[in-house]
Amino acid sequence: MTTTATSDVISLRGITKAFPGVVANDDVSLDIVPGQVHCLLGENGAGKSTLISILAGMQQPDSGTVSIGGTVVDISSPKVAVDNGIGVVHQHSTLVPAFTVLENLMLGDGGVLLDEKRATRRLEELAGLLGVEIDPHALASDLGLGQQQQVEIAKAMWKGSRLLVLDEPTSMLTPQAIEHLAESIARVKAEGLAVVLITHKLREAYAMGDCVTILRAGRNVGHISTEELATYSEQQAQDAILAAMFGEDIVAVGDEATELAGATEASRETAAIDFASRPVRLELRGASSRGAGRDVDVEDVSLTLREGEILGIAGIDGHGQNALSELVAGQRPASTGTLVFDGDDITRSGVRGRQRLGIRYVTDDRLHEGTVGSMSVAVNLVIKRIGEQPFWRSGRIQPKAVDAEAKRLIDEYGIRTPSPATRAGTLSGGNIQKILLARELTNGARLVVVNKPTYGLDLKTVHLVREILTDFAAQGGSVLLLSTDLDELIELSHRIQVISRGRLVGSVVNDGPGTAEKVGQYMTGAIEGTD
Amino acid sequence: MSEMLSATFITVFIATVIAQAMPLMLAAVGETIGEQAGILNLGIEGVMLIGAYTGFVVTLMTGSFWIGMLAGAIGGVVANAAMLVLNVWLGLNQIVIGLAITLIGEGITSVLYLQNYTSSPASLGAQPRMPIPGLSEIPVIGPALFRQSGIFWLMIVLILVLAFALARTSWGLSTRSAGQKPSSLDAAGGSVMRTRSTAVILSGVLVGLGGAYLALLTTATFSPHLTNGLGFIAIVITMLSRGRILIVMLTSLVYGLAVAMGPALQVIGFTVPADIIKMLPFIIVIVMLIVFARSSVVPPALGAPYTRGAR
Ligand SMILES: Nc1ncnc2c1ncn2[C@@H]1O[C@H](COP(=O)(O)OP(=O)(O)OP(=O)(O)O)[C@@H](O)[C@H]1O
Ligand SMILES: [Mg+2]
Repeated sequence: MTTTATSDVISLRGITKAFPGVVANDDVSLDIVPGQVHCLLGENGAGKSTLISILAGMQQPDSGTVSIGGTVVDISSPKVAVDNGIGVVHQHSTLVPAFTVLENLMLGDGGVLLDEKRATRRLEELAGLLGVEIDPHALASDLGLGQQQQVEIAKAMWKGSRLLVLDEPTSMLTPQAIEHLAESIARVKAEGLAVVLITHKLREAYAMGDCVTILRAGRNVGHISTEELATYSEQQAQDAILAAMFGEDIVAVGDEATELAGATEASRETAAIDFASRPVRLELRGASSRGAGRDVDVEDVSLTLREGEILGIAGIDGHGQNALSELVAGQRPASTGTLVFDGDDITRSGVRGRQRLGIRYVTDDRLHEGTVGSMSVAVNLVIKRIGEQPFWRSGRIQPKAVDAEAKRLIDEYGIRTPSPATRAGTLSGGNIQKILLARELTNGARLVVVNKPTYGLDLKTVHLVREILTDFAAQGGSVLLLSTDLDELIELSHRIQVISRGRLVGSVVNDGPGTAEKVGQYMTGAIEGTD
Repeated sequence: MSEMLSATFITVFIATVIAQAMPLMLAAVGETIGEQAGILNLGIEGVMLIGAYTGFVVTLMTGSFWIGMLAGAIGGVVANAAMLVLNVWLGLNQIVIGLAITLIGEGITSVLYLQNYTSSPASLGAQPRMPIPGLSEIPVIGPALFRQSGIFWLMIVLILVLAFALARTSWGLSTRSAGQKPSSLDAAGGSVMRTRSTAVILSGVLVGLGGAYLALLTTATFSPHLTNGLGFIAIVITMLSRGRILIVMLTSLVYGLAVAMGPALQVIGFTVPADIIKMLPFIIVIVMLIVFARSSVVPPALGAPYTRGAR
């Protein structure tokens, strides 16, 4: 059971796959070459994950073939994919949280008894190959996202694969973890394996990729070959990708294209607003949360958020961001301290009451907490206004009103859905996020708490979301922005505070080029205090 | 009083605890295996009854308790076939199917029994004993523990083997993952369908054995509604034990203790109303529920049919 790399090219030819109301893949052909990183780019809903699912045997194409080294292979089940050395890290984790790392890895192994010794050896081998360290006996749910990802990669390569597919592996990772991942990918590539990498960040595609394919609305609309990409400058590559990705739309995006690409060093022109004179919108005084115990709670948090201000909260994922946002939204009780909103004590008021006051919360758990997958897009868009006019009248839902509102929001936010009646769970990850944002930011919001608002979103949507948040603030709304993406924080926030192990450990006014560095220092715990 | 607490009394008491605990233990282990794979079987009351009835009839016919137990296991599998086909294969609702199995099991066994045996209620007589040389001579516990039927020992071995297999074999890991996150099992190249099918069949075997044990060894007869809610108690115990078979065994013994306690109290001289005595096991289960319910954790995918690639 060693890593066996072969020089066989994996060719997809004419892959077509339709779901009710959408053609997810439309006659897609591409070649995946060993020893190369093939980047797959495209908007949310372009069909990237569907193509990967077909490679992984999770979906069957309506037509088209996959061949390995010239032989057509019918990937009729994930087992066939695994047996052919196709290892996939799916967009949504496939680790079993209640299992240990080893158990997760041994799942699917043959034999009667679980062979922990052999599994441990194989894990050591792979960890060495990837250049990472993984505790085999840790519970998957206790690992940070970066480590979970490492386990997923090890799992994908468990049976000695020829192809490693990574579906948006970087969207939840810290910059350090992304660097780690890039190193691991380089090592895998050096072993002679083929790698397919899906990402929304052009910078990553350019840095890690050997060639690039762009999907739009299910079609392969552009390919940059290895030779071309090698001769391109980063700028040229970005222009080519953006042109293919958005086609005509690029005109609308215009000058912002480079900003969109995340190429420029993020910065913000702060028109010196004197927030001190503005009324305080939200104030937390020594607030601690009391959660169910599974994740980190916040302790003794004090912060002030003024009208029209965007306050960024930076920190590594899982350091109390959920607790802080739920505390403000009212979903988690405060064990100590007080919360004051527009001068009123809201410590004891519930979720609904706070919503009425204009407090909104965009969770980072889009799939479970954020939406009801089995209900329509339309209902999901008004679900926080259950019972309210004009969507409900004397207890009955008004389909026309709901539909009209849904259509408006779908248009405004560019939600890609076959119709308002489509089940929300079938949308692509990015589009599900748009549902949440549309729902929370509409209808009289005064304060929005947004937790990782743009992870997994395509460039255009990221841009749209950031614009919406900035506009919201410009019109007097307040934003508590929790994010792991430092660029995003710097682009949007007026002030950035750093959260670590549930406590706020530092505050930086975002007024110049030095911000990133200062935030970074707080994050690594280099300095204490406030400036 | 002192003579009441004589050696024979204690011997009988321990034997009763075991006799009462075993059917529940087998049924709860069966339910555990199903639930670990993601199948909540509310039908085990019916499955137990069918296992009990087939075991009873076959033992009467063949005169062999061993063949009767085997028949009970087969009866359990046949009863669980409804769950296998309708839920695992066709994806219909587990709760509905489960309740249907319970109702059908109760109905069929009652009707058949009343038709065939009411005129001459049959008892199965004494079970075959397998005294373990040496150990069975130990005073008090010897006769209680080591003069059991060979069937008892086989069942204990079966349960322990399953406990081991669930924790330590690839079969066990696949089974548990089918209840935790079937998509992971599928993505890893396993078969959710096959894993769940195996679990349902195995669960049928154990629950059927539980029913047969109740009829053949615990009561030595059959009567309509013999289980009297034991299947549902098994479901409760399964949920409280969070998939750990050793805990299933322990809680089943606590139940057995509760059942044995009633007659024992009477013997000792407490005059407790018969109704209270009958209620005692249920009260104990309710107390266990209240105390431990907060810590009951069911597998996340329990009750959810799996379709590959569905969103
Ligand atoms: N199982 C499914 N059932 C119904 N529709 C589906 C299913 N899977 C995908 N789709 C639809 O197919 C289209 C492509 O989805 P896909 O997940 O492949 O997009 P993507 O490119 O991966 O997007 P993202 O960047 O948001 O992850 C979307 O419109 C989606 O709604
Ligand atoms: Mg995707």
